[in-house]
Amino acid sequence: MNQVSIHPKAPVRIDIIFVGVLSFLVALWALFATSRADDFGMVVHGWILLLAGVIGAFTLVFNSAGNGLSYDAKTYSDAIIRYGVIASTIWGIVGMLVGVVIALQLAFPELLYFKDFGFLNFGRLRPVHTSAVIFAFGGNVLIATSFYVVQRTCRARLFGGILPWFVFWGYQLFIVLAAIGYVLGVTSGQEYAEPTWHVDLWLTIVWVAYLLVFLGTLWKRKEPHIYVANWFYLACIVTIAMLHLVNNAAVPTSLFASSAYPLFGGVQNALTQWWYGHNAVGFFLTAGFLAIMYYFIPKQVNRPVYSYQLSIVHFWALIFIYIWAGPHHLHYTALPQWAQTLGMVFSIMLWMPSWGGMINGLMTLSGAWDKLRTDPVLRMFVASLAFYGMSTFEGPVMSVRAVNSLSHYTDWTIGHVHSGALGWVGLVSFGALYALTPWLWKRKRLYSLKLVEMHFWLSTIGILFYISSMWVSGIQQGLMWRDYNEYGFLTYSFVETVKAMHLPYVVRAIGGLLYLIGTCIMAFNLWMTIKGAVAKKEPLILSPSNPNLVPAE
Amino acid sequence: MTYEQLSAFAQTSGMIYFIAIFLAVCLYVFWPTNRPKFDKAARMPLENEDIGHD
Repeated sequence: MNQVSIHPKAPVRIDIIFVGVLSFLVALWALFATSRADDFGMVVHGWILLLAGVIGAFTLVFNSAGNGLSYDAKTYSDAIIRYGVIASTIWGIVGMLVGVVIALQLAFPELLYFKDFGFLNFGRLRPVHTSAVIFAFGGNVLIATSFYVVQRTCRARLFGGILPWFVFWGYQLFIVLAAIGYVLGVTSGQEYAEPTWHVDLWLTIVWVAYLLVFLGTLWKRKEPHIYVANWFYLACIVTIAMLHLVNNAAVPTSLFASSAYPLFGGVQNALTQWWYGHNAVGFFLTAGFLAIMYYFIPKQVNRPVYSYQLSIVHFWALIFIYIWAGPHHLHYTALPQWAQTLGMVFSIMLWMPSWGGMINGLMTLSGAWDKLRTDPVLRMFVASLAFYGMSTFEGPVMSVRAVNSLSHYTDWTIGHVHSGALGWVGLVSFGALYALTPWLWKRKRLYSLKLVEMHFWLSTIGILFYISSMWVSGIQQGLMWRDYNEYGFLTYSFVETVKAMHLPYVVRAIGGLLYLIGTCIMAFNLWMTIKGAVAKKEPLILSPSNPNLVPAE
Repeated sequence: MTYEQLSAFAQTSGMIYFIAIFLAVCLYVFWPTNRPKFDKAARMPLENEDIGHD
């Protein structure tokens, strides 16, 4: 055993000093914020940060008294991934629940508009939903799976001692700060980048620590080659750091105020915002989750990826093309037309690497397609790839200027986003969580495969309800907005277009609810698996005498 | 430098840059001696040597 512990002769633990000093500084700044802040939101953030700093410092002190901060450098760090699986599941339910609530608010505005409780209305809850599903659910899945994959494919323990724990808890703190801020109206007003400057700074520290943990683990690797999944994770971490820093560049109005002046204004701000926004899709929601695909699908099928060479071409083509696609969000704006065209052309080119990657994932099943019948987790992965293919086909089409003139600002965009988010990111994450739980808790199998199957159908039907209702409402909106009568006046007033949306909005809310129910079933299934239970009606040994489990001829 | 000159330069150099990168990646990927390395790498997720964990 190679115990690294803190006693006088042990090497200096920079990780512990870093977390200790940071906890102290955060608590100190927060103490001033609680008393001197210019706005109520900052006071609340001050108290949260003060609490976090104190808890951080106390955790260090209590753990260093025993042997809590030491670790065996020759083993894998898995406890943190177990935390990550649980955090992902909880945040997933929270984020999707808020999504259902705001969908109902749009469907029944008279019923669910709270005049006296502004913080419960759509404007405040919408960023809570988007950030909770993207950054809280998706982010935790990314951190947990990346920590698992990088250790296994490098045969090395996570680098940095307690630094991975700092990344995990620091990230949860970021989520709490952001969400509470939104509810209180503390926002920078930039879509998907709503956190204010001090929360942005905190995320920067956490994210750089994440990068260090990841790079350090790669550095320690015992395999000469870096497996392709790690390339995708690294692209995600590095690019998100760059996007976050540039898009959130701002000068705060005072040291203890949540408001700040953004560095860019006007069309420069818009371009930077959608350079950020689209690459958050490209590098967070695509590259990161493709990393999951490249590790978990081969693992689940027990076959190597269809073509490792294609995966390398996929990687470089994807990252080189994606970064230019952002301007398609700004068709018919003050952005120069050549820049809009550039964004459009690169969006269309993106179809190639996207489908190359999808084919690579799907073809990994060649020769093992029968497993789709017996393994509902694998079915989840395959359905996620199908939705990935669908939304990466729809996206380039929508980026074409002529199509965009109909689709932009309508619900079609919302439908497109959700076919990617619910279909691709959601299902591939569920698959990874279903796969990870038995591995991490050393269980032979999930509690119930029938429940996975139920989850699969609930979520798939939910997505279909969601996206088809949004196609209907989006195209209807687009057509109504551009309809002129014979005198050249608009045929419909805006409120008429809103009234026409009622039915699709109800269907959308039902779709979202089905999806949420599926996630709750997953949470139950994972919880029972963690407890070590096995469903009574599903015996542990899969025998060929069970007619449901006979492989395809 | 006029706008037309600048855009012509940007478009041409961008095209050359992208094609060069793509060719470089393809060369690396299809270079015959790299083949065994990739075949080995593709099996990395499947080789599960549990060295212990916490």
